[in-house]
Amino acid sequence: MKTYNLEETYIHKFDPIETPLGLETKDLQVFYGDNHAMYNGSLQFPKNAITALIGASGSGKSTFLRSLNRMNDDIATVKGKILYQDVDINASEINVYEMRKHVGMVFQRPNPFAKSIFNNIAYPLRKAGMKSKSQLAERVEKSLVQAALWDEVKDDLNRSALALSGGQQQRLCIARALAMNPDVLLLDEPASALDPISTGKLEQALYDLQKHYTIIMVTHSMQQASRVSDYTAFFHMGHILEFDRTQRIFTRPHIQATEDYISGNFG
Amino acid sequence: MNAKIIDKIATAIISLLVGVVVLILVALIGYILFTGLPHVSWHFLTSPSQAFLSGGGIGDQLFNSFYLLILTLLISFPIALGAGIYLFEYAPKNWVTNTIRVAIEVLSSLPSVVVGLFGFLLFVVEFQLGFSILSGAIALTFFNLPLLTRSIETSLSSVPKLQREAGLALGFSRWQTVLGVIFPEALPGILTAIILSAGRIFGEAAALIYTAGQSAPVLNFANWNPFSPTSPLNFMRPAETLAVHIWKINSEGIMPDASAVSAGASAVLILAVLIFNVSARWLGNRIYRKVTASK
Repeated sequence: MKTYNLEETYIHKFDPIETPLGLETKDLQVFYGDNHAMYNGSLQFPKNAITALIGASGSGKSTFLRSLNRMNDDIATVKGKILYQDVDINASEINVYEMRKHVGMVFQRPNPFAKSIFNNIAYPLRKAGMKSKSQLAERVEKSLVQAALWDEVKDDLNRSALALSGGQQQRLCIARALAMNPDVLLLDEPASALDPISTGKLEQALYDLQKHYTIIMVTHSMQQASRVSDYTAFFHMGHILEFDRTQRIFTRPHIQATEDYISGNFG
Repeated sequence: MNAKIIDKIATAIISLLVGVVVLILVALIGYILFTGLPHVSWHFLTSPSQAFLSGGGIGDQLFNSFYLLILTLLISFPIALGAGIYLFEYAPKNWVTNTIRVAIEVLSSLPSVVVGLFGFLLFVVEFQLGFSILSGAIALTFFNLPLLTRSIETSLSSVPKLQREAGLALGFSRWQTVLGVIFPEALPGILTAIILSAGRIFGEAAALIYTAGQSAPVLNFANWNPFSPTSPLNFMRPAETLAVHIWKINSEGIMPDASAVSAGASAVLILAVLIFNVSARWLGNRIYRKVTASK
């Protein structure tokens, strides 16, 4: 494996007045016990845009993503700040359960509940306090439409979610996350378990969603990153080496490691 | 010898061993049913037992067995569920929880007669509960708890970790995730565990001889006052169960038709346990299909 200078980075900075931010991390560091898994995570995620996190396996991108809504709380120590609406949501006094309703997450493998399609979305809403039936039905429909699944399931919402195909299940999981009305949506390799047709539908859904949500997505597929994302961050060995507009990253990257990675000349 | 021949020999030996197991089981169950079923009649199932005369039934014992079973499950299921949920969902991995696990292992391999004698000393004598259904139910809880806890833990562990993350990511607390997401998905396994343990409880004799007693006061099934000594619902009365009855007839039965009553009672016992097991499978599969919508 080639060695790169991990100190040599190019992280694009935004002026928050010109480009409103959906989320920002400052010096995010992650430790699994003694293992230092993430070093200098300082990134700004522009509001209502898709940011792709790319890098090889074990580069720390999933660790970074999972720290953003504190899913790593039980297994890792996360230092640094995560700013959401000027609040550090990595602070210990934050109510993580409330925070996760604002920062939603979709996982690598579809994980719908063993409930009906309707209840997969309605159950968390009810838990969050929504009681009115008409309101629930409306929200279920809206989020299924947003996740581009409505037309495929509208005739039988009482079917078990587990009877759906993998791609449909994943879009259901996105709909379920959207129904909570988050501002930020974290996606951890959402298409890695899907076939190309399902992936296409998922990407189309994401493309439509970015108008209203700040989306941060880990992906293994460089094509996917270049197709759907506005910004891209390149991770290597626990360091963020480059962050810039996707177009720039995939045409004229500043860092040699990034260029090698996107051109398949890596490792 | 080449691999093909070795494989054939191995297959033959394994099939033979399986055949031996099946043969023993079929012979045993067949023998019990064959000798017992002819004595089973509606009269046999519903009339009280006789100590000296022939023609006695097993009505009270059958009722006692079911009553004791229900009481035992009412006590042991909530405890086992709580313990199982704690051990799998909450317990940190340290020496305390390891010790608990080892204790459960040891408890689950405890001979039931030891559980019975322990129950006799503690509940019957020390706590002055006497030979009673309550003493019996508590002793059976001791006997049942470790295995039920283990199987509930196993059912919970069969629900993928991803489901927990799904709940947490939607802003559920850990308890909400367990209650609303994990428990429903583990339900088929938990139900199977309960029904299988019901079979074990139903057939248990040794733990009951010293706790629920070996005498069956005649019950008046028209008396539903739980405080009356002849009421079937009274759980402070001694209660001989079916399994204990079989043991007693064979060790000291003096009625002329002792062997017939014993054979009939054994057949009923084994049928009940078979029904528990088959219904456990059926119910578990059914709920699993309903939950997962797989055909």
